[in-house]
Amino acid sequence: MSSTTTFQLLTADGRALKAVLKKHKARRKRKAFLLVTPLLAFVIVGFCLPILDMLRRSTNNHIVEKTLPRTVLALKEWDAGGTTLPNEPAFASLAQDLVIAQHHRRATQLGQRLNYEFSGLASLFRRSGRHMEELVNEVRSTRGSYKETLIAFDARWGETDSWRVLKRFSDTLVADYYWAALDMRRDLRSNEVSLRPSKERIYLRLFGRTVVISLGITLATLLLGFPLALWIARLPSGQGNLLLVMVLLPFWTSLLVRTTSWIVLLQQQGVINDLLVAVGILSEEGRLRMIYNTTGTVIAMTHILLPFMVLPLYSVMKTISPSYMRAAVSLGAHPISAFWKVYFPSTVPGIGAGAIMVFILSIGYYITPELVGGRTGVFISNRIAYHISSSLNWGLAAALGVALLGFVIAIYWLYDKIVGIDNIRLG
Amino acid sequence: MSRNLFVALAAVLALGLSACKDDKASMEAKPAELVVVSWGGAYSASQQSAYHTPYMEKYPQVTIVNDDSSNEAVPKLRAMNEAGNVTWDLVDVVAADAIRACDDGLALEIDVDDTLAKAPDGTKASADFGDLLVSPCFIPQIVYSTTFGYRTDLVKEPMTDLCDIFDLARFPGKRSLEKQPINNLEWALLCDGVDADDIYNVLGTKEGVERALKKLDTIKSEIIWWSKGAETPQRLADGEVVAGSTYNGRLFSLIEEKKQPVAMLWDWQIFDLDGWIVPKGISDEQLEAVKHYLYFATDTQRLADQAKYISYGPARSSSAPLVGKHADLGIDMAPHMPTDPNNAKNVLLFNFDFWGDKRDEIDEQFQAWLSR
Amino acid sequence: MSSPSPHFVSFEHVQKSYDGETLVVEDFDLAIERGEFLTLLGPSGSGKTTCLLMLAGFETPSAGQIRLDGKVLDNIPPHQRDIGLVFQNYALFPHMTVAENLAFPLKVRKLDKATIAQKVGDALAMVRLQGFEHRRPGQLSGGQQQRVAVARALIFDPKILLMDEPLSALDKNLRDQMQIEIRELHRTLGITVVYVTHDQSEAMTMSSRIVVFDEGTVQQVAVPSELYEKPQNAFVAQFVGENNCLQGTVERTQGKTCSVRLTSGENIEAENVDNNAKGKHVLVSLRPERVRLAANSADLKHCQNKVQGKLQEKIFLGDHMRARFFACDKEGFVVNLPNKEGIEHVKVAKEGQDMAIGWRTEDCRALGLPKPA
Repeated sequence: MSSTTTFQLLTADGRALKAVLKKHKARRKRKAFLLVTPLLAFVIVGFCLPILDMLRRSTNNHIVEKTLPRTVLALKEWDAGGTTLPNEPAFASLAQDLVIAQHHRRATQLGQRLNYEFSGLASLFRRSGRHMEELVNEVRSTRGSYKETLIAFDARWGETDSWRVLKRFSDTLVADYYWAALDMRRDLRSNEVSLRPSKERIYLRLFGRTVVISLGITLATLLLGFPLALWIARLPSGQGNLLLVMVLLPFWTSLLVRTTSWIVLLQQQGVINDLLVAVGILSEEGRLRMIYNTTGTVIAMTHILLPFMVLPLYSVMKTISPSYMRAAVSLGAHPISAFWKVYFPSTVPGIGAGAIMVFILSIGYYITPELVGGRTGVFISNRIAYHISSSLNWGLAAALGVALLGFVIAIYWLYDKIVGIDNIRLG
Repeated sequence: MSRNLFVALAAVLALGLSACKDDKASMEAKPAELVVVSWGGAYSASQQSAYHTPYMEKYPQVTIVNDDSSNEAVPKLRAMNEAGNVTWDLVDVVAADAIRACDDGLALEIDVDDTLAKAPDGTKASADFGDLLVSPCFIPQIVYSTTFGYRTDLVKEPMTDLCDIFDLARFPGKRSLEKQPINNLEWALLCDGVDADDIYNVLGTKEGVERALKKLDTIKSEIIWWSKGAETPQRLADGEVVAGSTYNGRLFSLIEEKKQPVAMLWDWQIFDLDGWIVPKGISDEQLEAVKHYLYFATDTQRLADQAKYISYGPARSSSAPLVGKHADLGIDMAPHMPTDPNNAKNVLLFNFDFWGDKRDEIDEQFQAWLSR
Repeated sequence: MSSPSPHFVSFEHVQKSYDGETLVVEDFDLAIERGEFLTLLGPSGSGKTTCLLMLAGFETPSAGQIRLDGKVLDNIPPHQRDIGLVFQNYALFPHMTVAENLAFPLKVRKLDKATIAQKVGDALAMVRLQGFEHRRPGQLSGGQQQRVAVARALIFDPKILLMDEPLSALDKNLRDQMQIEIRELHRTLGITVVYVTHDQSEAMTMSSRIVVFDEGTVQQVAVPSELYEKPQNAFVAQFVGENNCLQGTVERTQGKTCSVRLTSGENIEAENVDNNAKGKHVLVSLRPERVRLAANSADLKHCQNKVQGKLQEKIFLGDHMRARFFACDKEGFVVNLPNKEGIEHVKVAKEGQDMAIGWRTEDCRALGLPKPA
């Protein structure tokens, strides 16, 4: 033993072989790493950073502290739970802060932010910002009180709620976007978080609907895709490949065009209804409503997502040797029972892969539900898009996004627990 | 004598005015490339014909590049602003977005008298635009309205009253409404008997919003919601809906250009404005070029010219008399303008202050109602 | 129904064509007796697997009949034929454990739980895999999987066991071991086995009878020793075992033997297998171990046939010595000599050296060639 440890192999030029080999190995590792660097960089920039940014936005709230630093300090001692207004120094600080903020064009921005929490603050800050300099000059010249002057300028400064919002959002880290995303509300006075009355709930309802419709779409793609994949997998590979290309054909046309053609087909004055009326199956009054509702979303999205079910199913089925079925039949099983007991279980990894792919894709879908979903077929992502591009409430959009992400991870986890993630196979 | 003096004075004044005007216009444009963001489609085409093409003919050293991103202009501006890389030079937005961008510090405040041309009679630009200057960042271009069109062949009698929309007994069939509370709630309250002057007081309370939603409940099952301006014209053309709201220019094109059996229901149309904002963060040279372009593109004649291509009213009062015939159809454009007295018997003006404050809150209420 | 066949399995004028143009199996007639270990041997594409699949019911004969135990199989669907089938890739159901795989045929036969457990235990014991019942097929080695596959095919007491190249996926050592095990099972259970392989040594090792296939037709049916010693035609001679093949023309015939002039000019005496007439082209086949060597031809006693050859290469293989000659105008004339006394002269021979090669008349067979080569 000791002889092996003391003995050292040397290379021809006298270096320790072990060290040389180690160096060589390290160099190869570096080279291999260099190859994946572009992808890694892409994933970090295109995927990880946006998610981190989303997490940051959903809780970040520096704007009040940054825009009104003196006011935040002055409000430290004020009891937001009480019914009295803040004292004169708080009003004075606010006036001072707002003059500076207006100078930097930040007062209205703050108003927009706080308006998400309390309607009316947008205009209050816009008005106040615009006139604060005059007001301050007035107070200085008359040696009056900021409190009285501000309240006289806009009565909303005399409402404790306006100040409560200011104090509440002095915190730089807030969970309020999450409460909103979960249809909860934090009482301004007591700080208690409670669920909104069911009449006012939006997001929980939308999350629920998104999941239910996505499950429906997954099921529909499975029911349509399974026989199709089975058929293609059993064809000779030349014909099979041709059919696979046909399955992929929908990807060659733009999503918008495909969705619009569904409108042409499915609307009440559309091709299918016209046909059914012409044939006499439907009466003119009994035209079916197949679009601008849940049905429309399910039909259009099933069509769009079908390839994501067919492809993994096909590639798994292609690897299932026909000898399994033969074995089962030779062992005495009726062909139908052999199919269910032997063939079908072997396709489960493909079903799992397809189902998870379709489900997760559909849960985040947005353009198709927007166009054909009407009132009852829209998803949570449509609300996220609304908050990104219309209401500009990016914090809430981020919180909804994080909630959706969390939900998808939970589904994934659940799937792993029940089916096992290594049971997924794409081929 | 005095009369002669007056004429002379007027001539001098006119000369002086025109000299003054030429002074600004003759300032040669520097070579530049301007990225102008607008709505695409017929609207961008009208701007191309009325503004861009004549401008580039006059100043060939300037190139104007179109970008059809107006429907998400503010979020994109915000993203550019956060990234510190503003690539747009001039953005066409509706007034509400302009106010929003201005509040968020995404747009530059523009002194209109300093930057824009005077009216031919010498009126200052600020007076010529008047009340339409709803934000210090906003240079109005057109007045448009959101109003209803209906299928003439699918109704027994013409629709003339806004409340016909809510009358399923006389006018059965689907209606196409925009998937947002703005406009719909006002219309609902008007037809629920609320006085036009009182609408925003009522909408200011939760109960008022509920009252409007309750009115909408009466036709909820017959509503097909739209989110893109092209959807209502399409549905009207297909006969999928009997009536629907959209921008008046879209309906004009459907009726006059595509010759569909559709008519306008101007009653209680809601006026809104569309115009330019200049993004904050562009370089000084670009800003110079943009201002040079704006001086040209927002003068009285240019604004009146745009009405040759699309039925939106010019934002300068001095442009109104210059509105002529449609460039291709040759029909008189004045009767198709939302501002025409015959069309504007009952109108509402988009309430920027109210919706600026209340939009988020009411939208939540509206969405909850929608998903019920 | 025609008169009941006295045989356990019989193929009667069976034909099979997939495309309606070419026959994969041509007029196949075969009788298999109860308890036999019958091997279908042939190169790939020779039709042997098709015959097996027709027996199992997965292919239908285009013409002819197959009977099993007196019953015509034509209208019996495969799952009612009671035939055990073992596949090349084992075809163990990957989502079931070993025990579930074994229980599968019993469950579909609706046996009660206790019986199933009993039989599964017995089957595992039979293939010496106790303790593996809860493993999945993927967790077993190839040999273990094959043993499970065999046990599964036997567990429901089928009338007959069919095996389609069951050992071809195993490495050589394991294959040799499994050959012995399968033969052992056959002997103890007494079941009829129809075995398909393209490996002639495997066929020799295991079978009680071998059917040699080529191009859809049966070339020879015989017990292994006969197949080796007395190949009926050129194909069998070349396919089964190692052979030196010499081409020539029959000069004259006398009784069971004939005299052949080889293409290289030598005259040799050979057994006339196909009753070849004078002038017929024949292939003379000669097993390498039947050839003797000497320094000069005078030392070759008892050899009717003697030729001269130049030693090209010799390989020492332990139990025997293998020498390659240039002889009769042919490269690679192979001679195998057992490693025992009397081959010293070969051991010392140098490559390039001339030696005398000889063999007896009864050790070489003149086989008719379908067409002159």
